[in-house]
Amino acid sequence: MGEFKVHRVRFFEYLPSAIRALAFNKDSERMAVARTDGAVEIFNFSDNYFQEKVIPGKDSRAAETLCWLHHRLFAAGLNGEITEYDLENLKPRSSVETFGGPVWTIGCNRQGTMLAAGCENGTVKIFEVQEEKIQLQRSLERQKGRILSLSWHPSGAQLAAGTMDMIRIFDVQTGCATHRLLVDRGVGTCRNREVVVWSVLFLSDRTVISGDSAGKVQIWDGATGTLIRTHLVTKWDVLALAVSQDESSVIAGTSEGTVVQFQFLPSTMGQQEKEWVRTRTFKNHSHDVRALIHTDTAVVSGGMDTQLVVRPLLDKVEKNTQESSMRKILFPHKPLVDCAHRAGLLLFQFTDHLELWRLGESEGQGKPGESLPVKKKPEKLIHLKKKGDDHICSSALSSCGGWLVFSTICSVRLYRVQLSNNTVSLTKVSKLPRILCWAHQLCFSADSSRLFAAGARSSVHVFSLSQSECKHIHTLRPKSGSRQPLHLLCVSQDGHWLAAANTDCEVTVYDLKTMKLHCTVPVYSSCPTAMAFHPVYNNLLMTHADQQLSEFSVQQRSYTEWSRALHRRGLHPLWLKRDTPVTHITFNPTNPAHILLHDTYMFCIIDQTLPLPDEKSVLFNQMMLRSLPESERMRHSHAFKICKNFQNILCFDLLEDQSLVVVERPLLDIMSQLPAPVRQKKFAT
Amino acid sequence: MAALYEGYTLFGLVQSQISSHLGIRGIEQERDDDHVVVTDSTRSVTLYKVSDQKPLGSWTVKQGQTLTCPAVYNFQSKEYVAISDKRVIRIWKEGDVLLDKTFKATVSSDIWRVQSAPEQEPVVLFERGAVRMLDLLLSDPQQSIEEVLDQDELIRWNTVILAESRQFVIFTTEQKGKHFLYLQRLNPNTLQRYQLEREESGLAPLSCCASYREQNICLLYLYPNGHLYQSVVSTRGWGTEDGRQVLPLPRRLLLSLSVGEGPLEAASALELDEAHVAVVGVPHPSAGTGKDFLCIWNTNFQTLQAAKEMGGKIYGQLWCFFNKLFIPHGKTLSVIPFVCPKSSLASALGKLKQAKSEESKSPASVPSWNSILHGEKVQPSRPQETKKRLTRKTQSTTCLTTDQVLELIKTASAEDVQREVEGVLTRSDAQNLQQSVSLFVSALVSRSLEESSFYTPSTLARLVHTQCMSHSVCPELLLLALERKDYFLCQLCLQFFPDIPEAVTCACLKAFVSMPDTDAEKVSLEPDSVSFMETLISGKHVGNYVQNGFSPSPLDVEHTDALSGDGVAIQTKTKEEETAPSEPTCPVGLHKAVLLNEVLQTAYSDTFLLPHLKDLSSEQVILFLQYLQFLYLKFSQDAPTQMHGLRSPSLAQIVDWVCLLLDAHFTVLVMTQEAKGLMLNLHAFVKSQVRLVSELGKIEGSLQEINKMKVKKEIGQYSIEVIELF
Repeated sequence: MGEFKVHRVRFFEYLPSAIRALAFNKDSERMAVARTDGAVEIFNFSDNYFQEKVIPGKDSRAAETLCWLHHRLFAAGLNGEITEYDLENLKPRSSVETFGGPVWTIGCNRQGTMLAAGCENGTVKIFEVQEEKIQLQRSLERQKGRILSLSWHPSGAQLAAGTMDMIRIFDVQTGCATHRLLVDRGVGTCRNREVVVWSVLFLSDRTVISGDSAGKVQIWDGATGTLIRTHLVTKWDVLALAVSQDESSVIAGTSEGTVVQFQFLPSTMGQQEKEWVRTRTFKNHSHDVRALIHTDTAVVSGGMDTQLVVRPLLDKVEKNTQESSMRKILFPHKPLVDCAHRAGLLLFQFTDHLELWRLGESEGQGKPGESLPVKKKPEKLIHLKKKGDDHICSSALSSCGGWLVFSTICSVRLYRVQLSNNTVSLTKVSKLPRILCWAHQLCFSADSSRLFAAGARSSVHVFSLSQSECKHIHTLRPKSGSRQPLHLLCVSQDGHWLAAANTDCEVTVYDLKTMKLHCTVPVYSSCPTAMAFHPVYNNLLMTHADQQLSEFSVQQRSYTEWSRALHRRGLHPLWLKRDTPVTHITFNPTNPAHILLHDTYMFCIIDQTLPLPDEKSVLFNQMMLRSLPESERMRHSHAFKICKNFQNILCFDLLEDQSLVVVERPLLDIMSQLPAPVRQKKFAT
Repeated sequence: MAALYEGYTLFGLVQSQISSHLGIRGIEQERDDDHVVVTDSTRSVTLYKVSDQKPLGSWTVKQGQTLTCPAVYNFQSKEYVAISDKRVIRIWKEGDVLLDKTFKATVSSDIWRVQSAPEQEPVVLFERGAVRMLDLLLSDPQQSIEEVLDQDELIRWNTVILAESRQFVIFTTEQKGKHFLYLQRLNPNTLQRYQLEREESGLAPLSCCASYREQNICLLYLYPNGHLYQSVVSTRGWGTEDGRQVLPLPRRLLLSLSVGEGPLEAASALELDEAHVAVVGVPHPSAGTGKDFLCIWNTNFQTLQAAKEMGGKIYGQLWCFFNKLFIPHGKTLSVIPFVCPKSSLASALGKLKQAKSEESKSPASVPSWNSILHGEKVQPSRPQETKKRLTRKTQSTTCLTTDQVLELIKTASAEDVQREVEGVLTRSDAQNLQQSVSLFVSALVSRSLEESSFYTPSTLARLVHTQCMSHSVCPELLLLALERKDYFLCQLCLQFFPDIPEAVTCACLKAFVSMPDTDAEKVSLEPDSVSFMETLISGKHVGNYVQNGFSPSPLDVEHTDALSGDGVAIQTKTKEEETAPSEPTCPVGLHKAVLLNEVLQTAYSDTFLLPHLKDLSSEQVILFLQYLQFLYLKFSQDAPTQMHGLRSPSLAQIVDWVCLLLDAHFTVLVMTQEAKGLMLNLHAFVKSQVRLVSELGKIEGSLQEINKMKVKKEIGQYSIEVIELF
């Protein structure tokens, strides 16, 4: 395959936000993740934990709590509003003021008719859920302290609410507090500080379980209001609790980053009487565990260290399967970096600004494994801040580097970038067509003459670009009439074809010459995660969340022979075992048989001319091939050239001069940016 | 060790044979190691397969005719040759049924014997000393035969030897009480005549045998007085035909066998290999006067290697083919397999692991598939030597001898006991040794305890040296040694016993510490440990005084003011030189130190040792502590002394003992005025060591990080690298 010059970029200072809340919809197996920057991400747990949708955040709005109500997602935060999200257009649909100050927690009853919100002023407000909106029904008896946690009894008749120093049990019907459970304060100096009941659970047998700032998990009898058992879990706070569907297991997340499991078990073998026993402790986080979900098979946790961790419970899953391996989701499943191949520019997308960098240059040649002297350092050309509160949801850079576009949920800004030797000029295209008011995907054609923007209901708006003008030409709509948003867009090199993929797994190919829908790719069960057109044959190469690869011939409207061969043979088990999706595909224009793709932990160049590896061959064979003499290599090599020299890859692309660009974001760099974790006494410190 | 295996009967002798004094006329080797041709004393020749104990064929001459010499097998023509009535040569094949219908030839002179060697033409020896090859004789049977011997000279014995692919006919003659040996070489024929040395009172050799070894012909002849002589005749260097010149034949007494009552009548000696001789018809040295024994003697060491009693009359006949002895006795002819393993110094010293392979254990009577299928040759047996001449005990009765020795121990004098036990030790193998050693020691110790005059230090030392013992086998031994002041034995016990109880260790310690140095110097001790102590005490490393971080000056600097001026410092220096000499001197004598070292090296558990240690008196404790301190100082200064490879206590052991001693006697030491200086010295030294060790710990801590360090490439914010994909 040969030698490559690699630009190893580590100056993209991307910092994911901490996870604040989690909500899991058991019917659709969607996990909603709220981050402290206000963004809400939707992960499809049934499709390999793929991040389907991202609802961008807003400066003034940060979700403190999340709640699914059937397929509706509600969030509430310290701005005092309860917001329902539009999961099709990826923006808030409606907001309702609670008039109780900041909302700390919301929860709906199991019947799905009521939504309760715990407010700063000490009231629990009950909202009636209606078709299109929610309406305040009434407030429950007001308490002294803020309501920090609440939990409905499954019957819907009662509600437990955690406040400062106590837990209250309300009768929803009458709105009166029926019990008052006093929670002990911590010992020592914490004695003077009131204890915060961070989380409370109300089980169907009227057991109330609470987690508080004194590090206790307490089990109460909700019927009598008496304390049954106290488990001191940590010296710090117990921040989150979650219960399994069958109420046999409860997990508690602590400030130490541990998750402690309690199980409802007979205390001695064979005895009927059960009690809550502390069983396992997981330590997957370095910082606070702020949110927890107990799915049927796994513990899902998230917190200050920004990672979403899916920790399977090994007694619930089959051993040594894909399901039994722990997953850490570190990075978004969509690219945040765009690369202008021809200009050698990189566009970094942050939530509140964009950065445009020019890559450096080196001189001379080097042997494999060596670093070349950098003649010219990389240079930050533009630091472009967003306007307004809304965060940037998408951006694009044309491959010539002449155009730059980004979008928030309410506006799109298009800029003309001019780079002469030492001066950079950025001109905003002032008059944009009205239809281009927001877009969750943006892309330029290869010749930079057209801009494509993903609109509502899977539609694609096509704009033509001239020197300083942007004109709407056409809107392409899919035949299926799907309401889901598009999450992938790509244009063929010759500008003839456009492919658009939505989260319903539909991939539609449009003919840009006729501006008509050309065909749809047969729907595959797993969502496409990246796609690209072959530069010569215009075959559409797609990767899916379940790690499958397919190549679709647009002309023939069928899968190509290579794709069929790949499916017949099956992908290598190690390939399928990878736990991060491929997020970007590109081709090598000088050798179109080479497909370049990457996930978080490797990049791969697939040579379509070489034989495919079978199950028994070594997938990661680069080391082996290196040790072989030249003549032997051909015999042992296969199509998948995988390089793991680079880790935590956010972008992998090929520049026009055949040098590769790898943008890495080392975890250590992220960790160093996080606030310090709670101090723990370690030996000899 | 040569050994005789269980024999088996080849066939029974018929009545006529028993009555005659001649058991059978002869046994000759047939085609291989498993076939023999037996000629009985009268008329018949029988072919036997030995391992099957079965006759394969039998031929008889007519009534009235007799076979006058043993039939032989002609290896070349695969025919049998026998002489009937001294003049008729009969030749037949195995397939012939009747002897009368086979080839006969009558010769002109009386034949003494026909003899055959493998791959050679049979040779005919006439009574008058002439020798002819059989084929030449048969070409003209009636040819005239010359007379070599004098008229009154009679052939007594003869044999054929194959030497350097040439046949030698050897025969002895008797003439007027004189005995001659004729050595006839064939092709070209030369004859040499020797005269045997005269044995006392004109005794004639009872049996002879000859063997060829290293270009010499070895002759063994046994006289009725039990003397077995060996003569060696070179096969070379006598090419000239000296005719009748008689050369004297030098001889060497190999064995002098005790003959019991009266001279031997029917006895025979047969050489098995260069070191072993089988003798039949000679009394067993320890079993009275009965002469019906088959014995194997080692001629190098004059030891009896194996013996077997043969029932019934002994005819004094013995043949040996391929590690099997053929011996007619009583009414049977027995076949007795034997081995004579090669002797070596290692086996003589008992260091050779005697792998008693199955092969050698099982007698050849059981046909082995290997030998049947592949005709595998049995390895010729080799002798094994032992060290000492035995007079009474034999290998085959080890158990008995152990018991006997035990009996002996109870009564006999110390010297006897010593000799006998030594004897048993030299020939016992490892398994038996363990048992017998413990028995001997127990018996010896119990006798010594009973009789205060009885004590066998060297024997006990030898027994302990076998390393087959432990303290628990005979708990009284060490205490006895202490009681008898046998400090050498004490040393050995401390060295070799793994399980000495702490109480006994302490008793030893006490005895060693309190023993006067003059006594100790008389004791001879193990040289290794002594030489170690000598080097330590002589102190070759005088120059390197400040070693291992220790310098004694802090001791006094601390006593005086640290800020004192130069003058004071010098003063303290001189004071120190007065009180504690710069070079530590050993507080005990050399031998005492050696013994104390042994105590230091014994295994112990401190919980058990501590109570016993408290029994020491304060003087003993101080002395011992002084000694320990001396060792400690020496070891700290001259660490390399431990590298001698000699048995020596380790520094850790010394420090452990110091701790123990201080634990046990701290109050006493604090109270005792004499101990004060010692304790202060020790403290100062230990303090300096602690300081040193803490510094070492720091160094170790820093250096440890080196191992942990991984060379990680520093990757900056941006770099341009070159990679290669294959």
